[in-house]
Amino acid sequence: MLRSLLPALSLALVLIAIAWLNPRAISYFGFSLMLNLAIPIALATIAQMFVIAGNELDLSIGTFVGFVGCVTATWLKDAPLLGVVILLGSIGVYALLGALIHLRNLPSIVVTLGMSFVWQGMAILILPKPGGKAPDWLLALMAFKPPFIPFPIVAALLIAAVVHFGLMRTSYGVILRGSGGNSAALKRAGWSLLRTKIALFALTGLFGVLSGMALIGITTSADANIGNGYTLLSIAGVILGGGEFVGGRVSPIGAVIGALTLALAASPLLTFMHIPPDWQVAANGAILIIVLAARVLISRRER
Amino acid sequence: MASLRTLLARPWIWSFFGALLVWLATIAFTGGYGGGGMITAALSLAVFTVIVGVGQMFVITLGPGNVDLSLPANIGLASAVAMKVMDGNDAMIAVGLLAALACGMAIGAVNYLLIWALRIPPIIATLSASFVIQSVDISYGRGLQIKPPPGFADFTNWQVFGIPVLAILTVLFTIGAGIVLQRMIYGRSVLAIGQNIRAAWLAGVNVGRTRFLTYTLSGALGGLDGALLAGYFRGANVDIGNEYLLASIAVVVIGGTSVAGGKANVPGVWGAALFLVLLLTMLNTFGVSVGVRLVLTGLIIVGVITAAGGQKALR
Repeated sequence: MLRSLLPALSLALVLIAIAWLNPRAISYFGFSLMLNLAIPIALATIAQMFVIAGNELDLSIGTFVGFVGCVTATWLKDAPLLGVVILLGSIGVYALLGALIHLRNLPSIVVTLGMSFVWQGMAILILPKPGGKAPDWLLALMAFKPPFIPFPIVAALLIAAVVHFGLMRTSYGVILRGSGGNSAALKRAGWSLLRTKIALFALTGLFGVLSGMALIGITTSADANIGNGYTLLSIAGVILGGGEFVGGRVSPIGAVIGALTLALAASPLLTFMHIPPDWQVAANGAILIIVLAARVLISRRER
Repeated sequence: MASLRTLLARPWIWSFFGALLVWLATIAFTGGYGGGGMITAALSLAVFTVIVGVGQMFVITLGPGNVDLSLPANIGLASAVAMKVMDGNDAMIAVGLLAALACGMAIGAVNYLLIWALRIPPIIATLSASFVIQSVDISYGRGLQIKPPPGFADFTNWQVFGIPVLAILTVLFTIGAGIVLQRMIYGRSVLAIGQNIRAAWLAGVNVGRTRFLTYTLSGALGGLDGALLAGYFRGANVDIGNEYLLASIAVVVIGGTSVAGGKANVPGVWGAALFLVLLLTMLNTFGVSVGVRLVLTGLIIVGVITAAGGQKALR
């Protein structure tokens, strides 16, 4: 019980720390600023969560987000139809990768590491120098200011609710998670493991595309390296949110909370704590280790 | 004929075959010019990939989920430590190398400590550790512009008849690693754990100690690699190890080691490292842009993995 509350608990802890260090940050405007990049991070984390649900890992999601960003800031604005075709095609590539990994029984770590080069190379080919511009409708969407609750929080709630319903409440969601939990049983029950793998990878591609588009809607222009940090952030977010690498044990709500925690802990908290930029990466690592240590302590007590 | 068939049945032969093919393609492009120099350059660069590749191979052989993602950060920090300790002084070379080794071993030990104490997957443990190491390196190595001692820089670039001495030493080292893996209790324990950790434990293998030693070994090799890289490229750098994350994993898998664990292949690491380095040289010779080079490198890695095929897990 306590274990499932841990992601929320760590988020609360980070929030309390921020409120204590800088009470003025806890406001509509403060949250809008602090959680600025939370939407793309949350979407990338959800993307990573789908492959992890199938016992795989995607080490290319960061450069993929960068690639999508470059397409969004160029073709999607100048030639929307072509842009949409390219983005749909890239989701198709993800689906094909899932099929390839399943059919040839390949290690996803190596395949996606290789793909990370491909995405990065294509991003550089599209946009050799930082630039481009986000489509106006995307800018308008990301600048949306709902009453009372800051947009990043509304978006996070929406993402968590939709994915939670899809993966945890529908029957095919159970099958998808089952492919990571007990693939042999699933196969004997007559389900196609090839199809579940393709579905999981296509969903990763879809949310990767959404993440890249959201990112460009916020930053307004793109850069081939813009998403590189997202690979590690997304994995850390899934684990912080209570997901596990094997067994199909993932939690969409937890993953979104994990992403929010990381987005807050990544810079606002550290800036308020006057931690020099040199040590911010270390602080991220330390936060990850502390949360995981807390998880061990709690599950030991519950046993 | 029969010996040829047994040779072809060995998984590592394909990585050498690939390397040869890439070399021939490049020479055909240049009209035979620079073929020898290309092998010399490939050997001296492959050495660095082989050293970390062997460390990664031992870790991956421990079984599914075992991988050392802290190698790039480890290499970066060790390169700074080595350069600071040597301080451009020939008399301090041995001390600097030892310091880099110790730094790497400490990182490896911490990695295993995290895995063991927090019971988290090695991927997350080594990843979190690498965040912390990276920060230590940024803070420790800021503005570090110490040149390696002249003797050390010359040593890392030393060639005899066009063959880098470092490559010869690394061949001896890999032969040693092969003997450790196949003939010594420690190596057999690593293989046994990779095949079935529970069976290995029931058979009396000291699982904890073997895993601890393996992560420490991988860390130590990362540290050594950092020092050698700083000598070869004449200076330490935070980013000096970045490319070795993919490279170390790729050479292990392309070289025929099973990702499912329990089956390692030492010669394949050399073949795969030469293949990757020559591939890069070939794309540079063809004069393709950075973007095209990255795309082709990625596609070729995916292609090779697909052709080599994954092995079924052993259980």
